[in-house]
Amino acid sequence: MSQRTVYDKLWDSHLVKQNEDGSALLYIDRHILHEVTSPQAFEGLRLAGRKPWRLDTNLATPDHNISTDPNERAAGVAGIPDDTSRIQVQTLDDNCDHFGIKEFKMNEMGQGIVHVMGPELGATMPGLTVVCGDSHTATHGALACLAHGIGTSEVEHVLASQCLVTKKMKNMRVTVEGVLGVGVTPKDVVLAIIAEIGTAGGNGHAIEFAGSVFRDMSIEGRMTVCNMAIEAGARVGLVAVDEKTVDYCRGRKFMPKGEMFDKAAEYWRTLISDADAVFDTEVQMNGSEIAPQVSWGTSPEMVVPVTGNIPRVEDQTDAVKQKGVERALEYMGLEGGAPISSVAVDRVFIGSCTNSRIEDMRAAASVVKGHTVSKSIKQALVVPGSQMVKEQAEAEGLDKVFIQAGLDWREPGCSMCLAMNADKLGAGEHCASTSNRNFEGRQGNGGRTHLMSPEMAAAAAITGHIVDVREFTGDQS
Amino acid sequence: MKAFTQHKGLVGPMDRANVDTDMIIPKQFLKSIKRSGFGPNLFDELRYMDEGQPGQDCSQRPVNPEFPLNLPRYRNASILLARKNFGCGSSREHAPWAMEDYGFRAVIAPSFADIFYNNCFKNGLLPVVLTEQQLDVLFTEMYADEGYQLTIDLVQQKVVRPNGESFGFEIDQFRKDCLIKGLDEIGLTLQSTQAIKDYEKTRAEQQPWVFGAIK
Repeated sequence: MSQRTVYDKLWDSHLVKQNEDGSALLYIDRHILHEVTSPQAFEGLRLAGRKPWRLDTNLATPDHNISTDPNERAAGVAGIPDDTSRIQVQTLDDNCDHFGIKEFKMNEMGQGIVHVMGPELGATMPGLTVVCGDSHTATHGALACLAHGIGTSEVEHVLASQCLVTKKMKNMRVTVEGVLGVGVTPKDVVLAIIAEIGTAGGNGHAIEFAGSVFRDMSIEGRMTVCNMAIEAGARVGLVAVDEKTVDYCRGRKFMPKGEMFDKAAEYWRTLISDADAVFDTEVQMNGSEIAPQVSWGTSPEMVVPVTGNIPRVEDQTDAVKQKGVERALEYMGLEGGAPISSVAVDRVFIGSCTNSRIEDMRAAASVVKGHTVSKSIKQALVVPGSQMVKEQAEAEGLDKVFIQAGLDWREPGCSMCLAMNADKLGAGEHCASTSNRNFEGRQGNGGRTHLMSPEMAAAAAITGHIVDVREFTGDQS
Repeated sequence: MKAFTQHKGLVGPMDRANVDTDMIIPKQFLKSIKRSGFGPNLFDELRYMDEGQPGQDCSQRPVNPEFPLNLPRYRNASILLARKNFGCGSSREHAPWAMEDYGFRAVIAPSFADIFYNNCFKNGLLPVVLTEQQLDVLFTEMYADEGYQLTIDLVQQKVVRPNGESFGFEIDQFRKDCLIKGLDEIGLTLQSTQAIKDYEKTRAEQQPWVFGAIK
């Protein structure tokens, strides 16, 4: 057999049928559902008189549309004040109960942001195909899965048939060699990659992240990177299996145990790209040169190193780019040419499926410890990614560190990443955010997002403006 | 699903690159548990001067006079001209639902984000990829000619301009067939029930840990 990439191996092992018209039937091992993109799919099943193909593959939880306020959460689903939100969360509960789908309900241990929950419970395993009605499903690729987002019609398709009708993607490899500097995180690496290849750079591709930087990275760090593959246009991002992957999996709730685990691990270790495997597109970068990154504009490719300046319209090469930069500067209320570190921040958001895992909580806490949030900050939210992350963080006393520094410690959910609940920006407000999208209005109508790492967002909370965490001393200026 | 063979209609512009799905349909409207009714909130933040809320009567809201699709000349447009990477971002199928509900039957752009592109076909909305140069020609003609119409022929795979000249486009055979016939894709897949069961049997023998894990 010819030399294959990890993606090729995952594709081949899930191929039910290759059709003559170029489409293929691909088997889906794991399907994660949440309240926002599933109701119409369940309704479709009902209308057609169909049932889920398999039950032991689906896992559901509410995350997008739930309050993170401890008091509101304590009131349960019936206490959700907004009618449409309450109906949506209740509908997920009802659908899961009706069809017999395993769900971690809103305040139940196990609940969390879908892409935090899947891996930490061991529902996501190496070698699986994982889908969810959410574009950040690529996160699970950190465990060498073929994982990607799907639309609601496909949610229904997978529920009904355990398959997707799809077409093989191209292979892209992004290799980052070298060693990351102090204060440079997985978030900075992925933002630098998006800045390099652009938001459409990965369209039609599955990206494998390779090289010493990813080998040295923790599994949670790899999740942060794979999570944002979609911001580079790729539905799939993944990292090959190594011993860290196997160690991460061991002992988790839904993982195989004992001899079965060893047998599984033996197979997982084959999920590496063969030495002579050919990639359609190759990108190489030097990790040692990456500085902490900050987005200045309204697209995740509009990123500069924290030491850099906001781009100027006149420096852009073509007319479409000039127009894009001009519009983004106007929306963001920024002046081209000014240093990015001069930008004052109104709110801080530490959370989202990109950066809400325990390592992110620890990193942010270590920066704010012993300092106080700047008086100019209206709100600084810390939203753990799951009940398990919250429990662990509280066991380590991180909640107290945040609260003492003046940050809000919240209940798990998607929160201000997409602002479907009450956590949102006001018009014109700037936010230091660890989330994944800085689109116009993403975090609230008229809101202005600056994407960055948890360390950088934590430092911005203390100083009141964007600051290089490598030079952060806690002084408020 | 609504079938698509040929469509002739008024053309409207969305003349910017990287139009994301948050822009196409903002998050507050995703709280709905229905598939329909998103049309009045398509491009909500660009289209209106105020912040929209679900369930609101949009006919009473202040419209943004500078947003092109609000101009009388583009009212009732059913074909959208767009720029590269249209539909990037979130996987929300509410985006094509909103476009279809508004009255669009097709979008023409130099490139689309993968998930949005895929979602369009499930909803009878045809995404057509032409080159940037061809889009430049269409944008120029549309701006110059009020009432500018195009004909999109899916069977022949071409976009016919008012002068009779046309641009051909590529499309996957499977997607084309489904759209032309308005097929139920799930029904089609379930015709392969035996193949799926055979696959599961083999896989369960090789990788038993994959099955029975979630309970």
